[in-house]
Amino acid sequence: MSLTNEKITIMYNKMVTARLLEEMLHEMFSEHMLHGTTHLGIGQEASGIGACMTLRDGDKATLTHRNHVQCIGLGMNVKYLLAEMFGKETGTNSGLGGSMHLMDLKNGNLGANGIVGGGLGLALGAAFKMHYHKEENVVMCFLGDGATNEGLFHEALNLASIKNLPVVFFVENNHYAVSMNTSRSMKVTDIGQRANAYGIRSIILDGNDAIDVYNMTFSAVQYVREGNGPILIESKTYRVAGHSKSDVKQLYRSQEEVDAWVAKDPIKRLEEYILKNNIANSEMLKEINTRVMDEIREAVLFAQNSLDPSADILNKHIYAK
Amino acid sequence: MKEITYKEALREALSEEMIRDENVFLMGHDIGIYGGGFGVTEGLVLQFGEQRVIDTPISEAIIAGLATGAAISGLRPVIEAMFSDFVTLMMDNIVNQAAKFSFMSASQACVPLVLRMPAGCGTGAGAQHSQSLEAWMCHVPGLKVVFPSNPYEAKGLMKAAIRDNNPVIFFEHKLAYSSIGYVPEDEYVIPIGQANIMRKGNHITMVSYGHSVQKCLMAAAHLKEIGISAEIIDLRTLYPLDEATIINSVKKTGRVMIVHEAVKTGGLGGEISAILSEKAFSYLKAPILRIAGKDVPIPFSKTLEEACVPQIQDIENAAKRLMRR
Repeated sequence: MSLTNEKITIMYNKMVTARLLEEMLHEMFSEHMLHGTTHLGIGQEASGIGACMTLRDGDKATLTHRNHVQCIGLGMNVKYLLAEMFGKETGTNSGLGGSMHLMDLKNGNLGANGIVGGGLGLALGAAFKMHYHKEENVVMCFLGDGATNEGLFHEALNLASIKNLPVVFFVENNHYAVSMNTSRSMKVTDIGQRANAYGIRSIILDGNDAIDVYNMTFSAVQYVREGNGPILIESKTYRVAGHSKSDVKQLYRSQEEVDAWVAKDPIKRLEEYILKNNIANSEMLKEINTRVMDEIREAVLFAQNSLDPSADILNKHIYAK
Repeated sequence: MKEITYKEALREALSEEMIRDENVFLMGHDIGIYGGGFGVTEGLVLQFGEQRVIDTPISEAIIAGLATGAAISGLRPVIEAMFSDFVTLMMDNIVNQAAKFSFMSASQACVPLVLRMPAGCGTGAGAQHSQSLEAWMCHVPGLKVVFPSNPYEAKGLMKAAIRDNNPVIFFEHKLAYSSIGYVPEDEYVIPIGQANIMRKGNHITMVSYGHSVQKCLMAAAHLKEIGISAEIIDLRTLYPLDEATIINSVKKTGRVMIVHEAVKTGGLGGEISAILSEKAFSYLKAPILRIAGKDVPIPFSKTLEEACVPQIQDIENAAKRLMRR
């Protein structure tokens, strides 16, 4: 489906939701209102949301530990997302998962994963089931650049390739695995080259350009849906935020480097596109921002006012009946 | 009743469950036309086709990962680690993904998968192909662990494992594959979580599982000749443990030894011993004995290999010691 004005507005709405949500999370973590840790995807909104918007009913996705943007892209309700971050019984995972395990199976979200590359097996298995029952669906397997250095990545690409599984490996190359820049972690300049070694086609795109992400991912998803086997997309983007809440000093990169990427901010770029093409005016965009902020504030209240899970829950979910 | 081998019993269970439920499929290295490392899946690819009996490259980690993903999506995978030692290459997907999926997601999905694990020593395969790693698996909440000792159990437990909605680690002892036993003609399932009193006795309780049960049976026959009556509990399931059956037997005999091939330190014997100390201490007439593998890697030399794990004579000697206390 081509990118209609309506779809562009939805995409903008979701990107703003992810950004404002994460800015709020950052603030709440700084004020010690939240337990645990979190990995923010500020700067990667075009990648995660543009990619998710190409999926249709019955498609699935496996997410990374940097997953809030992807969750919003897949339609997770901010109320339940926040309640999970607060560890409440109303959360998506009843408080058992937290930020690194947000999951929403009924919306095709097979969960974020605390293990780098941990979604690879789940993605292949979900795709195998589609293949087994001859369903015309695909699985989008989100990965970071770091995951492509894990052994499982190479086993997964090879197996998906020889079994012709409907997987879109969507690599958000944000250039950092915690503190290690991709220039230090691999000799290839493009992660796409790694796919070619397994007989898998690859696409490299500007991950900070939402329109580009959507259009190119959409064709890739079509290619996979038509039974051509897996594909790999390398979405080149940048992790503007630190690795996690404990990454304060960021001695491994320069302010100039960060600033250069902030200048390519995906939300600003989409705003410019929307205004230039008369999809909406600045008043309308401002309204979206206000409305989203209100929703998030309301969601925070919902989360704060929810109950902690009772200890009875501990033995309830370890084994299925 | 009919007489078949352990290997045939497993194959029958796989075949019957695949006929019963089209969502059951097999996956692993060389399980197709080659028939699996020990021949368990021989002929199944001809019966069910390559869509359901799926050969893979040597990629243990992703096989376990794919199985987990397929299980949460509604299929019922049965995967084979050619040797249970290779589970080291699968551990992330078994421990961090399969075992925790139901819990972390608050039951948004369950993980009905079976991992087949040919285990144990005695084949001269050396340190990387002979281990007994079942205690590792029992240490991970979210997994169930079974270890049949004979063909009857192999078939009944495999059928239960495939029908279970949780990841089941299914140990098979390599020396048991060619053992013969009676199996009912009619369909039957052995529930997971129930031990079996293999032999009734009054003087001592032997708690064991897997191939070691056979050694206990032979030792018990010798002990009978000198007037020692041993009760043998075949655990069948190692997690969740059937504590009641063990405790009830110990209440009767007051003397207990736990026999397994796995190394002693951190083994099931320690766990069962602790349970008995907590729950049946006042019934004990003698200290609990663990007759287990030595804390060494399995060596190649046949003489050394035999010296590393409990033999029938070791079990008999231990029983005599236990009676003297």
